[in-house]
Amino acid sequence: MAQKSTFSALFGKSPFKALQTHMREVVECARDVEPLIQALADADQAEVVRVKDRIFEREAKADKIKNKLRLHLPKSFFMPVDRRDLLEILHLQDTIANRAQDIAGLLVERKMTIPPFMQVPLIALTARCIDTCEHSLSVIEELDELVALGFRGLEADKVNGMLKELNDIENETDELGMALARTLFEHEDDMKPVSVMMWYRLIEWIGDLADYAEKVGDRLRLLIAR
Amino acid sequence: MEIIVQYAPVFLALAIVFGLYMTWGIGANDVANAMGTSVGARAITVKQAILIAAVFEFAGAFIAGGNVTSTIRKGIIDPTPIAGQPEVLVYGMLAALLAAAVWLTIASWRGWPVSTTHSIVGALVGFALVGIGVDAVQWNKVGLIVASWVISPALGGLLAFLLMQSIRKLILNTENPFQNAQKYGPFYVFLLGFVISLVTLFKGLSHLDLDLSVGASFASAIIFGLSTAFISWLLIRRVTMDPKADRKYHFASVEKIFTPMMIFSACSMAFAHGSNDVANGIGPLAAIVSVINSGGEIAQKSALPLWILVLGGTGIVIGLATLGYRVMKTIGTKITELTPTRGFSAELAAAATVVLASRTGLPVSTTHILVGAVIGVGLARGMGAIDLRVIGKIVVSWVVTLPAGAILAALFFFTLKGIFG
Repeated sequence: MAQKSTFSALFGKSPFKALQTHMREVVECARDVEPLIQALADADQAEVVRVKDRIFEREAKADKIKNKLRLHLPKSFFMPVDRRDLLEILHLQDTIANRAQDIAGLLVERKMTIPPFMQVPLIALTARCIDTCEHSLSVIEELDELVALGFRGLEADKVNGMLKELNDIENETDELGMALARTLFEHEDDMKPVSVMMWYRLIEWIGDLADYAEKVGDRLRLLIAR
Repeated sequence: MEIIVQYAPVFLALAIVFGLYMTWGIGANDVANAMGTSVGARAITVKQAILIAAVFEFAGAFIAGGNVTSTIRKGIIDPTPIAGQPEVLVYGMLAALLAAAVWLTIASWRGWPVSTTHSIVGALVGFALVGIGVDAVQWNKVGLIVASWVISPALGGLLAFLLMQSIRKLILNTENPFQNAQKYGPFYVFLLGFVISLVTLFKGLSHLDLDLSVGASFASAIIFGLSTAFISWLLIRRVTMDPKADRKYHFASVEKIFTPMMIFSACSMAFAHGSNDVANGIGPLAAIVSVINSGGEIAQKSALPLWILVLGGTGIVIGLATLGYRVMKTIGTKITELTPTRGFSAELAAAATVVLASRTGLPVSTTHILVGAVIGVGLARGMGAIDLRVIGKIVVSWVVTLPAGAILAALFFFTLKGIFG
C-alpha cells in the first residue's frame, strides 16, 4: 500500500535548475577557450591538445544535460514560461558550447601559429567574449528569483538592468572583433590566403561565443515581457 | 431485531475491525500528503509530524468533524424504508466500510490518486441502491457532494493564488524582504488561526454544548489568532539572516522565516484533515454502534460516542506510523520546489477550504484540494513545473471510484446478508 502519492506526482522536475546546470557547464567550455588561445600563443601544442580534450569532454557533458532536459519536458508540464522559449534558450546555450568545440577542433586539426601582430588583441577579444558568457550565466542564475516573483516586479527590473549590461559588453566584443579583422586584412598580403581565411573565421567564431550569450539574454527578456 | 441482539458483539467487532482498517488506510495515504510539505521544508521532522497528526487529527475530528460524520451516517442514505430491518443498515454500513477500505488498498497499491472520501461515498450509494432501493439515495445531497469535489479544489486554488500574490506584494517584491517577512509573518499566522477557528466556532458547536453567538465566535477567533501569531512571532524573531545562502538564492533567508510558520500550517492541515476525513472511517462505524446500542432502533439523533473518535484517531496514527511516514519521506524529498513560502500559501489555502467544507458537512478530498492549491500557486507563475497529467488521473479516478466503491459495497452487502441471514 501507499507506494506513490498523488500529491508528489504533481511536481515535475523544475526545468530552470537544469537550464542553470547546463549553462554553467557551457560557460566552463567557453572559459577554456582563453587557455587554448594562450597555449597556442605559447606554441605549446601539447597544452592545446589537453585543453581541447577538456572542452570536448565538457561539451559532451552539457549535451547530456540538454538531452535529459528535453526528454523530461513533457507537454503536460504547466510552467510559468512558454515551453518553446525555454527550449530556445537551451538551444542557444548549447550553441555556445558547440562554438567552443569548433574553435578547439580547428586549432588542433590545423596547425596554426598566431601572427605576432594578432597575439594581444586576440587574447583580449577572447577574454571579453568569455566575460559576455559569464554575464549571461549570471542572468540565467536569476531564474529562481524570477520564478519566486512571477517574472515581475523588482527582480524583473534587476534582470532587465543586467540584460542591458549584457548588450553593452557584447557591443564591445563586436568592436574588438572588427578591429582585429581590420588588422588582419592589413597584413593579408604577407600571409597565405588560406591562413587569412582561417583566422578570419576564427575571429568570427570567438565573436559567436558572445553573440549567442547575448541571444540567451534576449530570449530571457521575452519571458519577462510576456 | 433478533438478529441485531443475537449477533451484537460480532457486528460490533466487525465494525471496529473494518473501521480501523479504513482509518489505517487514511493515515497511510492521506495524512502523508497533508503533512509532507512541512516535512519537506524541514519545518518538522517525521516524528514530530506523527505527533502533530495524532493531536490535531483527533482535535479536528472531535471539534469540527461532527457535521461530516453525520452526513456520512445519515445524509446520503434515507433509512426510513428499512425501519423494521435494522440489520440491513448494519450490513450496509459494514459493507461500505470494507468496500471503501479494500478499494483504497487496491488503488494505492496501483498508484491511483483515489480519494478516501470518494470511495466511502461511492460505497454508501452502492449499498443504498442494492440494499434499499434507488429512492433511498438522497440524490440531491449526493449531487451537492459531487459538485463540492469540483468546487473545493478550485476554491483552494483561488485562495492559494491570492495568498501567493500578497506574500509577493508585502514581502518578496520589496527592498528588504527579510525585514518585511519578520514583520508580516505573524500576520499570516494570525490569519491562519483566525480563519480556521472562526469557521470552526461560527455559531457555536452544538455537539459540544458550546453555544456561541456570532459576536462571541468572532471574539474567540481573534483571541485564538492573536495567540498563534504571538507564538509565531517568538519563533520568527530568532531567525537570523544567512548572507551566504542569500547569494545563491536571494530569498533564502525569507524562506527561513517561513519555515517555522509551516509548523502552524502543518497543524492546521492535520486539524482540517481530521475534521473531514476521519468522518469517512467513523461515520459508518458510528451508525452501526447507534443501531446496536438502541437494540435495533434506527435512531436519527444520537450523540457520537467519544471512544469512536478515539478509535478513528488511533487508526490514523497507526497508519501514519506504519506506512505513512515512508510516503511522507518520499514526498518531502521529491517536492523541494514547494519552498516554505509556496508551501505555506498552499497549506493555508487548503486547510481553510477543508475546514469550511467540513463546517457545511460536505465530505471533500483533502488531497485534491491541496493539489488545487498548488496549481493556484502555479497560476501565479510561482512554480517550476506542475505535471498536469495528475489532473487527468484525478478526473479518471472520480469516474472510476464511485462505481468501483458501489460495486464492491454491493458485493460485500450480499455476502454479509448471506452469512447472517
